[in-house]
Amino acid sequence: MIETKNINFYYGNFQALKSISMKMEANTVTAFIGPSGCGKSTFLRLFNRMNDTIQNTRLTGTCLIDDQDIYEKSVHVDELRKKVGMVFQKPNPFPKSIFENVTYGLKVNGITDKKYISERVEQSLTSAALWNEVKDKLNQSAFALSGGQQQRLCIARALAVSPSILLMDEPASALDPISTSKIEELIHSLKSEYTIVIVTHNMQQAARVSDKTGFFMFGELVEYSDTKKMFLNPEMEQTQNYITGRFG
Amino acid sequence: MNPIKRISERFIEGIFKMSSMVTSIVILLIVVFLFKEGMGLFSSPIVESGYGLYLNTTNPVSDLSFTQIKQIYDGEIDNWKTVGGKDEVIELFRFDDIFSIYSDEELGENYEFLPEKLNQVITDKSNIIAFLPYKYAPKQSSFVKEISKENIGIREFLLGKEWLPTTTPSPLFGIVPLILGTLLVSFFAILFALPLGLGVAIYISEIASSKIRRIIKPAIELLAGIPSVVYGFFGLTVLVPIVQKVGNLTVGETAFTGSLILAIMALPTIISISEDALRNTPLSLREASYALGATQWQTIYKVVIPFAGSGISTAAILGIGRAIGETMAVLMVTGNGAVIPHSLFESVRTIPATIAAELGEAPSGGAHYQALFLLGCVLFLITLCFSIISEYISKKQSSKIA
Repeated sequence: MIETKNINFYYGNFQALKSISMKMEANTVTAFIGPSGCGKSTFLRLFNRMNDTIQNTRLTGTCLIDDQDIYEKSVHVDELRKKVGMVFQKPNPFPKSIFENVTYGLKVNGITDKKYISERVEQSLTSAALWNEVKDKLNQSAFALSGGQQQRLCIARALAVSPSILLMDEPASALDPISTSKIEELIHSLKSEYTIVIVTHNMQQAARVSDKTGFFMFGELVEYSDTKKMFLNPEMEQTQNYITGRFG
Repeated sequence: MNPIKRISERFIEGIFKMSSMVTSIVILLIVVFLFKEGMGLFSSPIVESGYGLYLNTTNPVSDLSFTQIKQIYDGEIDNWKTVGGKDEVIELFRFDDIFSIYSDEELGENYEFLPEKLNQVITDKSNIIAFLPYKYAPKQSSFVKEISKENIGIREFLLGKEWLPTTTPSPLFGIVPLILGTLLVSFFAILFALPLGLGVAIYISEIASSKIRRIIKPAIELLAGIPSVVYGFFGLTVLVPIVQKVGNLTVGETAFTGSLILAIMALPTIISISEDALRNTPLSLREASYALGATQWQTIYKVVIPFAGSGISTAAILGIGRAIGETMAVLMVTGNGAVIPHSLFESVRTIPATIAAELGEAPSGGAHYQALFLLGCVLFLITLCFSIISEYISKKQSSKIA
């Protein structure tokens, strides 16, 4: 479960997020939609403290994951990121073999048990619906895979460290329709085990995969409700305009 | 289009075309000249030019190989039997010896009787071998003959273990000690410079704040602009005494000192190229690593360094290339002993230092002069190899990104 209270975030003098408070339940899929530059990706990247790597940024407010403030000094950021996996917009496999890509997270976390590692590789690739396609070529370069396969490999790589939360930053925006539908099916099947937060530009996608949707604009959370309600009967006029395609 | 504009564009295009052609031709001509002058060595005789070796006609020996001449004059062969003659002790005769046999009056005012007297000496002694200048040499007669001369061979040049370009009668142009000296100094230079340079590059690209980076990077690039003679001077006055004292050596001018100076000189190249390579690692790969719970160090050595691997090797190779071609600083601190080095704490001489030190005293067109040109060719080929390797590696790198 993720809960934010009164989050403000600044890039230098520019305020990217304006007092956002929201709650994302466990084992649900929450989608963030909104026009480009509205802050939805910035908000997503707060949950695994990915914005820490960007210089000259500032955050106020609290962000709780399972009732623990993740910006508290006692929290180790690498421990947090083990619990909160992330999949990026463009597939970004390492220039290593498929096997090494999946085991990377385990290795950096000090796991050396070979049997456990190979079990995790099979489990995560199976969960990412990639096992059957790659089981015979685990030692081949990850670059030999298609874009859609690479993205599923990145999902498998994130799953290998057994996170409880999976953040997805426009995971299908660089993919073709068939690969996209595979990723969407995957999100459906992962819901029972993981809390998923997905940022997307594609409103149909948000409608298809998510239970709840948040609509962002100019750094503000305009509306946050059940996906069905949001798309059928939005409360705010801005939301209505955006989802009907009047701007964005 | 306006015809004047069109013509002027054509004209400018022509100028660019011309200048690129001229540049290419000049470079090509320089290489051709280098090789043409250098290759002349293999058609020059083994005996110093302007001189000949003369024997008594009763001596059955009529030609001697390069090695045999050298061994005879070194005293390693002292009997004609060894080289296929009669069982007689070899008597060496040098031109200067004539003045201890005959007085100046006997030789004539303008040495006009010199050839005659030399003829006399050779005729009298059947076991003699005389090394004489052509100017005063006796006419070949029934009593005196000149040894037919071989040319200097490629083997003697490439595999020769001694570089003694001014010994008589046969100068030695063996480049093995020079090549070994060059490679030794360069190899250790890169051994010192690479870990240090890589460390600095990692610090600048990964750890330092942008403020510190803005100060350090130009400072390091400034190092590349310092003339090499200044480095040499620094080495001579600072490093040499330190090496001498710390190593408790008789002289501080050693291969080690040269390596240190070259390492300092190669650092800017290595740092700036490998830093560029490290910084070229895509943000997406770093983020992927962080998102999986890797720490900054794990990300650096598991993702960034492997990705920049070929850039780092290019940096190393260009560093070696710089070290191999470097002349002045090395000339000043290595002591220039042209012998095969057995340890790092001996004096060595590199190829470029040899050329710089000896070209001034080598008579133009002579064997020594040609040998120095040939050294230039060897150096050119070595650095060419390194450039090709680095080109190949960086090509591989660019295909990796695509």
